[in-house]
Amino acid sequence: MNLHEYQSKRIFAQYGIPIPRGEVASTPTEAREIAGKLGGKVVVKSQVLVGGRGKAGGIKLAVDKDDAEEKAKAILGMDIKGLTVKRVLVDEAADIKDEIYLGLVIDRARRRVVMMGSSEGGVDIEEVAATMPDKIVKVAIDPCIGFRSYQAMDLATALGIPKELTRSFGQIASGLYTAFVENDASLAEINPLVVTGDGKLLAVDGKMSIDDNALYRHKALADLRDPSEEDPYEVEARRFDLSYVKLDGNIGCMVNGAGLSMATMDMIKLYGGAPANFLDIGGGATAERVAAALRIILSDQNVKTVLINIFGGITRCDEVARGIVAALDEVGAAVPMVVRLVGTNEAEGRAILADAKMDPATTLAEAAQKAVAASKS
Amino acid sequence: MSILVNKNTRLIVQGITGREGMFHAEQMIAYGTNVVGGVTPGKGGQWSVGVPVFDSVRDAVRATEANTSIIYVPAAFSPDAIMEAVDAGIELVICITEGIPTLDMVKVRAYVDQSDSRLIGPNCPGLITPGQAKVGIMPGHIHIPGNVGVVSRSGTLTYEVVAALTARGIGQSTAVGIGGDPIIGSTFIDILRLFEEDPETEQVVMIGEIGGTDEEEAAAFIREQMSKPVTGFIAGQTAPPGKRMGHAGAIISGGKGTAAEKVQVLEAAGVRMAKQPTDIAELVAANIGR
Repeated sequence: MNLHEYQSKRIFAQYGIPIPRGEVASTPTEAREIAGKLGGKVVVKSQVLVGGRGKAGGIKLAVDKDDAEEKAKAILGMDIKGLTVKRVLVDEAADIKDEIYLGLVIDRARRRVVMMGSSEGGVDIEEVAATMPDKIVKVAIDPCIGFRSYQAMDLATALGIPKELTRSFGQIASGLYTAFVENDASLAEINPLVVTGDGKLLAVDGKMSIDDNALYRHKALADLRDPSEEDPYEVEARRFDLSYVKLDGNIGCMVNGAGLSMATMDMIKLYGGAPANFLDIGGGATAERVAAALRIILSDQNVKTVLINIFGGITRCDEVARGIVAALDEVGAAVPMVVRLVGTNEAEGRAILADAKMDPATTLAEAAQKAVAASKS
Repeated sequence: MSILVNKNTRLIVQGITGREGMFHAEQMIAYGTNVVGGVTPGKGGQWSVGVPVFDSVRDAVRATEANTSIIYVPAAFSPDAIMEAVDAGIELVICITEGIPTLDMVKVRAYVDQSDSRLIGPNCPGLITPGQAKVGIMPGHIHIPGNVGVVSRSGTLTYEVVAALTARGIGQSTAVGIGGDPIIGSTFIDILRLFEEDPETEQVVMIGEIGGTDEEEAAAFIREQMSKPVTGFIAGQTAPPGKRMGHAGAIISGGKGTAAEKVQVLEAAGVRMAKQPTDIAELVAANIGR
């Protein structure tokens, strides 16, 4: 789960990381009031969960409160990569002398949390990694020992942090690591960490992602989830414990298992079709969950045909078939469906589906071919 | 021969009185796996599916000389269950549980690494040596004994491939699901090494997916240290970047971890890559002239 900039920065502040003074506004009038309170120049920043807000015109400098109101008016309601801006963060403008990148991720290959720093702050770190990989310094952190101050000093030296700021940098780096671990983050980054004109460090922009698997022990963070920021189908899928990702094609897919789901999508592509979604009903899915899955797939207007591919192990084909029938009773089948049921209780499953008008397939290749043909007719 | 599990496996089931644990303990016993007991704290002294239940792994090991443990406990308790098994001296620990927080696994893996135990999973289907021991949740009947080693990050996709091999009369030495999480106990390299050393395994099928660099590291190992032929497949060629495809580990980030990249590196290492999963059995058959 991704957090907004203002949410991430508030967490950072709890761990002693200095952030600019600022507040969130959802109307231009509120933005004006906040700017008035802050005094001087402010930055009006759209709060949407996508990158590239600045380039899209979603971040603007305002000279005073009148200007802040104008800028907020322009940004609120704006569409950035398909998301409508509903809130802006009004922050005191920083006097930027230098920009640094500081971030934490989980390095799978090293099986460690890794702190990354770069003197090239303010730009996308992926871009730095691609164009100037030697500008990124990495420090791996032992989970049993934690982040040590010598590691902070090493980073400070490598990043060229002025001597008088190394202590402050150490506190920020250590605070960021603690924030990462205590909130079960999968990403925490300050970009840029600014060296101000009066010689201080300031986390001007921040980003955090929380491990979905750990949300059960972070109730307050889980409550921050904003369903209106997410794809409505994905929200509905999560309610039923389904893994769903919306894609651009027109063949709806319902499969059990993540690997098989991906492979099924690949097969569709291989035969010249395009999947409308990734959907894994998971292991041991009940009829109810299957019905929900099918409802979600069919509510996508792009879907011209549905491919159901089930390899029963813990999942029972008869249970899946019952779910399909239940969903069809409710929403009706407006599009052709290709069904492949193999494994546990496949005969029972096929018998249940015998009356429903569905196109049966025995192999994955056959199923994919039939679905692609149906999607083009 | 085979790898990791066989007739000498003495298995305990952690979480044997839970719904999943009980169901699969029964299935494994029905397959012929030597299940010697189970563990559920607080239920020691009871019996479940015909085997004794113990309060702790230590008690179970003392009473049954178990050497392998399989874990079916909820994600919140799994890190503890894994460490308990390691601490009790279990040689092989298999964790089926899905949804363990990644930072927990960072610690668990560090703990396992400084022990003599081996961990498979989490978020995996387990492993099976056909005709000898099924230690997992896979449908046993689709497997037959033979000489092809299978290693995979996925569950059902592996069943698909194994079923296709079996349909052609090609048996498997051992099929191992290493799991779909970002941090797992055993990686491709660990299992490939065991297959390379196993005299009964003649060739290997490796099924990867998008995300991480495990397949790339495996490619280097295959090129430098494997003599046996490897056939591969990578799932997720159509996956969009930045989105998690079901498995917590299946995400393309920053342009890294794409299927195309993995396919290219594996091909360069001499792995014969299947375009679609159904081609795998054909490529394997070609290797043995069938």
